[in-house]
Amino acid sequence: MFTLDRSDDFQLCRIERIHTPEHAPEWHDWLQELGFIPGEKVMLMARARPGGDPLVVRVGSSTFALRCAEAACIEVTLLDNATGAA
Amino acid sequence: MSACHDSVRRDHAQSAVVHVHRGGPLVALVGNPNCGKTALFNVLTGSRQKVANYAGVTVERKEGRYLTAAGKALRVLDLPGTYSLNPRSPDEQVTVDVLMGRARGEKRPDRVVCVVDATNLRRNLRLVLAVKRLGLPCVVALNMTDLAARRGIHVDVDKLSLELGVPVVKTVAVRKDGATALRTLLDAPAEAWRGDAVHTPAPETDAPAVTVEADHDTVQRILVSLGLDVHAPHTLSDRIDRVVLHPVIGMVLLMVVLFLMFQAVFGWAEAPMGWIESATTWVADGVTAALPNGWMRSLLVDGVIAGAGVVLVFLPQILILFFFILILEESGYLPRAAFMLDRLMGSVGLSGRSFIPLLSSFACAIPGIMAARTIASPRDRLVTIMIAPLMTCSARLPVYALLIGAFIPKRDVAGVFELQGLVLFGLYVAGVISAMGIAWLAKRLTTRGLPRPLMMELPTYHWPTPRNIAIGLWQRASIFLKRVGGIILALTVVMWFLASFPAPPAGATGPAIEYSLAGTLGRGLATIFEPIGFNWQISVALVPGMAAREVAVSALGTVYALSASGDDTAQALTPLIAHSWSLATALSLLTWFVFAPQCLSTLATVKRETGGWKMPLVMAGYLFGLAWLACFIVYHLAVAAGWG
Repeated sequence: MFTLDRSDDFQLCRIERIHTPEHAPEWHDWLQELGFIPGEKVMLMARARPGGDPLVVRVGSSTFALRCAEAACIEVTLLDNATGAA
Repeated sequence: MSACHDSVRRDHAQSAVVHVHRGGPLVALVGNPNCGKTALFNVLTGSRQKVANYAGVTVERKEGRYLTAAGKALRVLDLPGTYSLNPRSPDEQVTVDVLMGRARGEKRPDRVVCVVDATNLRRNLRLVLAVKRLGLPCVVALNMTDLAARRGIHVDVDKLSLELGVPVVKTVAVRKDGATALRTLLDAPAEAWRGDAVHTPAPETDAPAVTVEADHDTVQRILVSLGLDVHAPHTLSDRIDRVVLHPVIGMVLLMVVLFLMFQAVFGWAEAPMGWIESATTWVADGVTAALPNGWMRSLLVDGVIAGAGVVLVFLPQILILFFFILILEESGYLPRAAFMLDRLMGSVGLSGRSFIPLLSSFACAIPGIMAARTIASPRDRLVTIMIAPLMTCSARLPVYALLIGAFIPKRDVAGVFELQGLVLFGLYVAGVISAMGIAWLAKRLTTRGLPRPLMMELPTYHWPTPRNIAIGLWQRASIFLKRVGGIILALTVVMWFLASFPAPPAGATGPAIEYSLAGTLGRGLATIFEPIGFNWQISVALVPGMAAREVAVSALGTVYALSASGDDTAQALTPLIAHSWSLATALSLLTWFVFAPQCLSTLATVKRETGGWKMPLVMAGYLFGLAWLACFIVYHLAVAAGWG
């Protein structure tokens, strides 16, 4: 398991759980309401350059810009890009 | 003064709320951001819309009137888009409060239309489940069904309706006839909107008893039963994004877009602004010729007509800027631009969303401040509004041109640069640096160094529809003319009064303004301005200069008893001030205009956009303080350098 901000670009992942950051406990619910829910598939689509922050993330059929600090709350596991299986 | 009272009363009425269109049941449109809700609202209500603010908050309230085929008059409320009923911003809070029936001055809606993006059912349907639990009669408008069909998403409407327990109709908000099925439903009695459509009281608390995960599971089950449990990739949007978000190509594209926009606001607006100025002069000349010389003529010409001219002259820039912003917003590019610029703006604690309002402020702070509406975070929006006047607006150019022309010698620097140009560039840079400093200070004071959320949706790309652009432009123009115009006009008339009364005594030799209240005020101000090198003439000229920055030039002309007008004033003034002011004074005055705390039109706009006098007063205070301090330093350094 790793956090979404550390994922490679275009790597299909599955959300395992959402952390609740100490400095912003509300992020947990906010991320879930946007669709970052355990079990959903996510993919890192792009990173802003230079700096690599923020990120473009695909979840379900929506696309969001997330800061690295936000993506770091999302714990994911690798899925196979071709089959979508773990 | 009655214009002033009127505008105060109007603003008061506006914040005390108001069911804009009285009578008729209230239908609220609810939906996720970017679901095409406002487009659907535009299709239903067309131009019969009223835009105001919700009571006590600066969230835009849009209500329209809709007459059903059967002749039933409905009030339609376009609620701010929200992802859930657990609000994260003032906008979302309004939506939740209205639906719960606890928004100040708002009636609880009689019916709710949940607008759902058919290409993104998974996220959109969760909100439908939450709204359904509120117990209001509701229907689902399955929007963007044309796009969904193109992507191979075919929704069985009857089955979805059965699963959700509410009627579902297909809509295509970008087509004029795209809401036919919804129109039929709006004619049906409320009972038809839900099997058990009893007007249940609003729940006591909004604590979500059902978790997001539980709703997610329900939606998942519904999607499986409809055979829609697959993610259709949006290949076109993804392909566009590969270009638009590319670190090099995307950045170049963004620069081109911003350059075009800036160029248009500056360049295209010039001609219509010229026409408005000529028309104002023409009307003023006509009135001057028709009326006998006296205070009545002066009030009409120098007060009312000049004031109306000051208001109208902003309109071309506002319309051009919002034309671009609305297209960028509708097409889906604006959040991408914000994404690209996020890091740059993040260094001073702002987000990418602040960039366009600030860039626009180089033309004029007024459209820039109005454009800050596109910033979702209230804190970022306020900081952006507060620093917008530090971007050197075009109205400061005549003042800069006059002073630089009179005091800075034409000289080459290092063989390639021109000293006058360098000074002008330096003044622009000084504005930007002070803005960054203020934003940085605000970051230190308000965010305690914690990361601020971005979580911004990048919607799929759409072609902008001319109808939505036209309605948006019309609304921005009418907001400016009605809400800001009144205040600016009233203030111009007050300025005229100050500069005209009392009239000079018989046999007076100095210019009339010297004997007026403005003159007295200016001489009073001279004690404050003396330490920064301003003489009493400058101080007096700054008083009428409050109406608009460039007026300071003609006011200086008046003080120095020149009869020339407009551009001629600057020509005649140049040798005069070059002789009577020291270089230190000139540099100090240039510095003053970097901060220019005296633009009343800007302050009037800030009042309208922040919903009260607090922020404009804070802005005037901090700009004044900063200007004085900077002038003090510049003046005394210059004197020390022997330029006194």
